[in-house]
Amino acid sequence: MDALLFMIFAAIAVICGINLVVQTHPISSALSLVGVMGALAALYLLLGGEFIAAAQLVVYAGAIMVLFVFVIMLLNAGTEKKMTVRPLGKYLGAPFLLLFFGMIAYMIQTILPSSSPVVFGAFHGGSALEIGRSLFTVYLLPFEVTSVLILIAILGAIVLARKEVD
Amino acid sequence: MPLGPLPAAVPPSWYLTLSAILFALGVLGFLLRRNIITVFMSIELMLNAVNLSFVTFSYVLKRSDGHIFSFFVMVVAAAEAAVGLAIILTVFKNRQTLEIDEVSSLKN
Amino acid sequence: MQLWLIPILPLLGFLLNGIFGKRLAKPVINAIAVGSVVLSFLWVVKTLNALGAFSGGLEQTYKEHYYTWIQSGALNISVDFAIDRLTAVMLMVVTGVGSLIHIYATGYMAHEGGYYRFFAYLNLFMFFMLTLVLGANFLLLFVGWEGVGLCSYLLIGFYFLEKFATDAGNKAFIVNRVGDFGFALAIFLVGFHFNTLDFTTVMTTVKGMPIETSAGLFTGISLLLLVGATGKSAQIPRYVWRPDAMAGPTPVSALIHAATMVTAGVYMIARTSQIYLHSTWALDIVAIVGLTTAFVAATIGLAQNDIKKVFAYSTVSQLGYMFVGLGVGAFSAGIFHLMTHAFFKALLFLGAGSVIHACSGEQDMRHMGGLRKYTPITMVTLLCASLAIAGFPYLSGAASKDLILEAAYEHAPWMYWVGVFTAGMTAFYVFRAFFMTFFGEYKGKQHAQPAHHDPDTAHQDTHHHGEPHESPAVMWIPLAILALLSLGGGFINIPHFLEPIFPLQEGEPARWLEYVATAAGLGGIAIAYLFYVVAPGIPESLANTFRGLHTLIYNKYFVDEFYDSTLVEPVVGGSRQLLWRVTDVRLIDGIANGVGSTARGLGSILRGAQSGYIRSYAAWVIAGTVLAIAYIGFMGASR
Repeated sequence: MDALLFMIFAAIAVICGINLVVQTHPISSALSLVGVMGALAALYLLLGGEFIAAAQLVVYAGAIMVLFVFVIMLLNAGTEKKMTVRPLGKYLGAPFLLLFFGMIAYMIQTILPSSSPVVFGAFHGGSALEIGRSLFTVYLLPFEVTSVLILIAILGAIVLARKEVD
Repeated sequence: MPLGPLPAAVPPSWYLTLSAILFALGVLGFLLRRNIITVFMSIELMLNAVNLSFVTFSYVLKRSDGHIFSFFVMVVAAAEAAVGLAIILTVFKNRQTLEIDEVSSLKN
Repeated sequence: MQLWLIPILPLLGFLLNGIFGKRLAKPVINAIAVGSVVLSFLWVVKTLNALGAFSGGLEQTYKEHYYTWIQSGALNISVDFAIDRLTAVMLMVVTGVGSLIHIYATGYMAHEGGYYRFFAYLNLFMFFMLTLVLGANFLLLFVGWEGVGLCSYLLIGFYFLEKFATDAGNKAFIVNRVGDFGFALAIFLVGFHFNTLDFTTVMTTVKGMPIETSAGLFTGISLLLLVGATGKSAQIPRYVWRPDAMAGPTPVSALIHAATMVTAGVYMIARTSQIYLHSTWALDIVAIVGLTTAFVAATIGLAQNDIKKVFAYSTVSQLGYMFVGLGVGAFSAGIFHLMTHAFFKALLFLGAGSVIHACSGEQDMRHMGGLRKYTPITMVTLLCASLAIAGFPYLSGAASKDLILEAAYEHAPWMYWVGVFTAGMTAFYVFRAFFMTFFGEYKGKQHAQPAHHDPDTAHQDTHHHGEPHESPAVMWIPLAILALLSLGGGFINIPHFLEPIFPLQEGEPARWLEYVATAAGLGGIAIAYLFYVVAPGIPESLANTFRGLHTLIYNKYFVDEFYDSTLVEPVVGGSRQLLWRVTDVRLIDGIANGVGSTARGLGSILRGAQSGYIRSYAAWVIAGTVLAIAYIGFMGASR
C-alpha cells in the first residue's frame, strides 16, 4: 500500500516537474509547480512529517505560489518566444545534469543500501508536538533569527516594489 | 534496488532518488528557460527537492531535526520569493522585458 | 694602542665634510680636512713611538684584533690591523706626505668650486689607503685597494663637467678593475690553499714550504697578484690610465698618483714577498715588467709638452724602478725608493701645481719660461726635487736608486745598464721641464685672459693674474718641507730599518756602479742644459731629423689607439650589438613584456566567463558543484 502511494505521488511530482520545465507560458509552469508541491506534501505524510506536510501546503502552495501567480498576472508575462538555448547551457548543462544524477544515485545506493522500508506511521517525530518542542528549545535561536529574516524580507519587498515618489 | 514484484513498502533510497530527479529537473529548468519567473520557479523546485531529502533522512535517522531544517528552508524560501519577485518587478519596470538574456549589463 | 684611530680620523673628516660641507665655511672645512689627516699623522707618530719603532723596537708584528668579519667553515677572516716595520714606513709616508698635500691643497683649490667635496674625497682616500696599509689580511688590503681605486675615480673626474675628465676617471677605474680581477683570483687561491687570509700566518707557512714542491702554485698566485699590482701601480700594460689621470686637480696627482695609491702595488708585492720568493720566475717577470715600463715611460716623457704629463710618465717610470728593486730581490731598496719617490714626486707635482697656478692655469711648457724671476721659491724647491730624481749624489733619490741599480747588477748586469740609461733619460726630461719652465723668456699670456680649454688644460682656475706670481704661503711651506725631505731623505736608512723583514744582502757592491749611475744622471742634466738653455734650437732640429721616432714617442707609441682598436672598440661594439640589442632589448624586455601580454591574453580568455548572462554563470556554478561533489563523494566513498 505504501509503495503504491509512493509511486503515484512520485509520478505526479515528476510529471509536474517535467511540465514545469517544458511549458512555455509561465502560468502553466506555476500551476505545475503547485502540483509538485501537493505531491510532495503527500510524500511527507508518508514519511511521518505531518507538520511539514501541512506547512508545505499552507505556506508553499498556498502563499508562495499564489504570490508567483499574482506577479505573473501583474507583469502580463506572455508566452515565451522560441526557446533558443544558449550553447553554453545546452552543451554544458544537460550532460552535467545526467552526470550529476547518476552520481547522486550511485552514492545513494552505496551509502544507504536497502534498509528498512518506509512505512506510514513508523515515524512519530514529525508531529506538531515534537516539532514545537525542538523548535522552542534546541532551535530557539534560529527560530528567532528567521523571524527577523522575514521582517527584513518584508521591508525589502516593499522598498523594492513601490512606486518612486516624485 | 530490489526489482521484481512490487514490494509492500519502499526503501528510503527511492525517496532520495526522487529528490535527486526533482533537483535535476530544477537545474534543467534553471539553465534552459529564458523567462525570469520560470527560472525562479525552478529554484523553488530545487528547494522542494532538498526538503524531501531532509525529511527522508529524518525518517531514516529517527530524529526530528530534519523536519526542523525543512521548516527553516521553507521560511527562507518564502522570504526569498518575496524579495526576488520584488526585484523582478523592478527589473521589469526598468527594462520592460522578462527575458533573462537581456539583463546582461554585467557583460565583460 | 688604538690603531683604528689612524684610519678612522680621516673617515670622520670625510663624513663631516661630505654631509655638512655645503653649509660650512671654508676655514671650517679646512680645519676638518687638514686636521683629521694631521691628527692621524700625530697618532701614527705616537703609536710608533710607543711601539719603540724609532728606537730600534718593533721587531715583531704588533696586531690588534677588532672583530670577526667572516666565519665560514675553516675560513676565519677578522678585521685586524697590524703594524710591523714595513707598515711603519708606509704609515709615515702616507700620513706625513698626505698632511703636507692637504695643507697645500687648501691654497691650491681656494678658487675652485666643489671645495668641500674635494676634501671629503681626499679624506675618504686617506681612510682607504690607511686601511690598505694597516690591514693584517688580504681581504682588508683588498678593501683598501678597491676603495682607493674608487676615490681615484672620484677625484680624477672631479671636474665632472668636462667630458675628458670623466672619461679619464672611467679609464682609471676600468683599467684598475681588470687588475683587481687578477688580485681577487689570487686571494681566492690563497684562501683556498692556506685556509686563512691573514698575512703573518700565510707568510710563515709559506716560508716553511720548500720551493720545489709548490712553485707552480706560488707562481700562479704571484702572477695574479702582479696583474693587480700592474693595474694599480701603472705598469705595462696597464699604465694607460695614469697620464690621463692628469685631468684631476694637481694635489690629487701628487697625493694619489705619486705618493700613495700607485705605491700600493709596490707595497702589496713587498708584503707578499715570501710568495714571490718561493716561485721560480715570478720575480724575474716583475723585474722585467718594471724595467720595460721604466724605459718606455722615460722615452715617452722626453717629448711631452704638458708639464703634468711629463711628471706622470716620470711616475710610471719611477714605479718601474721600484718594481725592478722588488724583482731582483732587493725589497727594502724598492720600499726605500718608494719613500724617497713620495718625497720628490709629490714635490714635483705640487711645484707644477704652483707653476700652473702662477700662470693662471697654463699647463703647456712651451708657453712658460723665465719663471725664475716670478716664482723663486717654487723654483728652488723644484730644483731640489729635480736633483733628487736625477740622482744627484747624496740626495734621497740617488741613495735609493743606486741601491736598486746595484742589486740589479747583482742579479743581471744587462738590467743595470738599461737602468742606468733610463736614469740618464730621467735626469734629462726632468731638467728639460725645469729649464723650459724657469729659464728663458716668458712665453705665456701677459694679461688676464681665460685659459683656453684645449684638452691638455683641465685646471679651471678662474682667477686671473696680470703676471705670473708666487704662490701663497700655505702652498710654498709644504713645498719647502718636501724639499728638505728630498734633500735629506737619503740619510734615513730604510733598508737597515727593514732588516727584520727583508734581510739585507751580503757584500759591498762595486763602487764603480755608483759612479756610473751618478755620471749618467749628471750627463742627463748637462744635455738638458745644453738643449734648453744654451742652444734652444737643438731640440727642434733633432726632432726634425728623427721625425718618425719623435712622432712615435710624442704619441706615446700609439698605445692608447692600439688599446682602443683592439680592446675598447670590440667590447663597446659587442656590448652594443650583443648585449644591448639581443639580451637587453629582446630577451629581458621580451620577458618583461611577454609576461604582461600573456597576462593580458589570459585575462581576455577568462573574460569570456564574464558574459553577463546569468544562466551561463549558473551553468559554471553547477559544473563546479558537480565536480566538487564528485571529488568529495568518491574520495569519501572509497574510504
